[in-house]
Amino acid sequence: MILAKTGNEALAYAMKQVNPDVVAAYPITPSTEIVQIFSNYVHDGLVDTEFVAVESEHSAMSACIGAAASGCRTMTATASQGLALMHEMLFIAGGLRLPIVMAVASRSLSSPLNIHGDHSDSLASRDSGWMQFFCESVQEGYDTLFQAVKIAERTSLPAMVCVDGFILSHCLERVESFEDKKVRDWLGTWRPNWSLLDVARPILVGPATMQDYYFEFKRTQIEGMNRAMPVIEAVQEEFAREFGRGYGVIEEYRCEDAEAAVVLMGSACGTMREAVDTLRKQGKKVGMVKLRVFRPMAHEQFRRALARFKTVAVMDRMDTVSSWGGALYTEIGSALYHLPERPKLLSYVYGLGGKEFSPADAAGILEGALAGHKDELVTYVGVR
Amino acid sequence: MADLKSWQELPCGAIIEDMKAVLDNKTGAWRSARPVWNKDTCINCLACWIYCPDASIVVKDGRMTGINYDYCKGCGICAAVCPPKVHAIEMEQERK
Repeated sequence: MILAKTGNEALAYAMKQVNPDVVAAYPITPSTEIVQIFSNYVHDGLVDTEFVAVESEHSAMSACIGAAASGCRTMTATASQGLALMHEMLFIAGGLRLPIVMAVASRSLSSPLNIHGDHSDSLASRDSGWMQFFCESVQEGYDTLFQAVKIAERTSLPAMVCVDGFILSHCLERVESFEDKKVRDWLGTWRPNWSLLDVARPILVGPATMQDYYFEFKRTQIEGMNRAMPVIEAVQEEFAREFGRGYGVIEEYRCEDAEAAVVLMGSACGTMREAVDTLRKQGKKVGMVKLRVFRPMAHEQFRRALARFKTVAVMDRMDTVSSWGGALYTEIGSALYHLPERPKLLSYVYGLGGKEFSPADAAGILEGALAGHKDELVTYVGVR
Repeated sequence: MADLKSWQELPCGAIIEDMKAVLDNKTGAWRSARPVWNKDTCINCLACWIYCPDASIVVKDGRMTGINYDYCKGCGICAAVCPPKVHAIEMEQERK
């Protein structure tokens, strides 16, 4: 069925179709509607979900951890300060290997206060042991939420599905939806490996470990993430077979004979596609590499995709405030360092706090990549 | 050190199935105050047994029989929930 839905509406609708056992959530702009719409589904009896209305995001993630440890299929949504307030509990969900799925409407972090979209919040949680998917469109957000449930349960890793705040969370788009039954059959019943409620098999969850075992347990978690990429690729293929839309870990757009390329993620990929098409019409050999999966890091895919370019411009919708640009720039740089010959990397930071990113801005970055050099280490796009 | 497991032998998510590992960790050593139980005033309401976070209240045949100091961390909740009129558990500072 074709629906007209905003990002928040589509993600709430996808959650309804998943029909999770537990949703514990606290509202925050721009993700509020996800929780609000979902709570309406609960009220109207359209889902079987136990909805836990908590007093903070820290409590929301804590309740999700308890629910997931009890073997429940568990989901939530948040953004920005809320995600920051969850920060402590994100690591616990990761360490306990609980397949919680969270929709994030990515937004800037205070101060100064700003409610609009950038990747500062989601990328600040990059080392918390969660898989992270960044979506270009509302459709991709809707599709990815289902994939995330399957990938999380198969890898025993929690997953964030990130859509850009306001740009996707609040904009109406055409969404091709699936039938509830088809989604539920595809996801199947969640059969956890263990459950706190299994009295026949008592277990201890969340032990204290000292110098003798902490590192060994972290090593098992690291291995879980090391092994996640093939699972993500397999589930993307299964999704394409079942629902007809294929996604890659990265997508190479008009890269065949390109001399320079731009790497980015999120909604700005749509703008960049248009700019690539415009420059291609002018005979300029440019392409785009879209990143969809930030955690686990697609280092092998990057080496394969980017090695052949003379120059690669890396665009970050956040800054690490380290004098060294954004997270994508630093991570792609370290991935490409292992190549015998590697492209020159140019760093661009754009769109913080929802600052407009126009097709002209996108074209300017592509031109910069073609020129192959710029004076400043990090360019702050559109900053006066 | 020889009996320590390698990371490949450890369960996903640090789940502990072998409860013996829990018993080996005698958390009573952390205690700075100890609950002292007066069996003569105790009415066996078992509130302490319900609230104790470390299963350190020893109950046999439905009756309170004592406190397991191997695991009691001295949190004091047993003394706090003991009915005021009964006052069968009192916290005392541990001596050095």
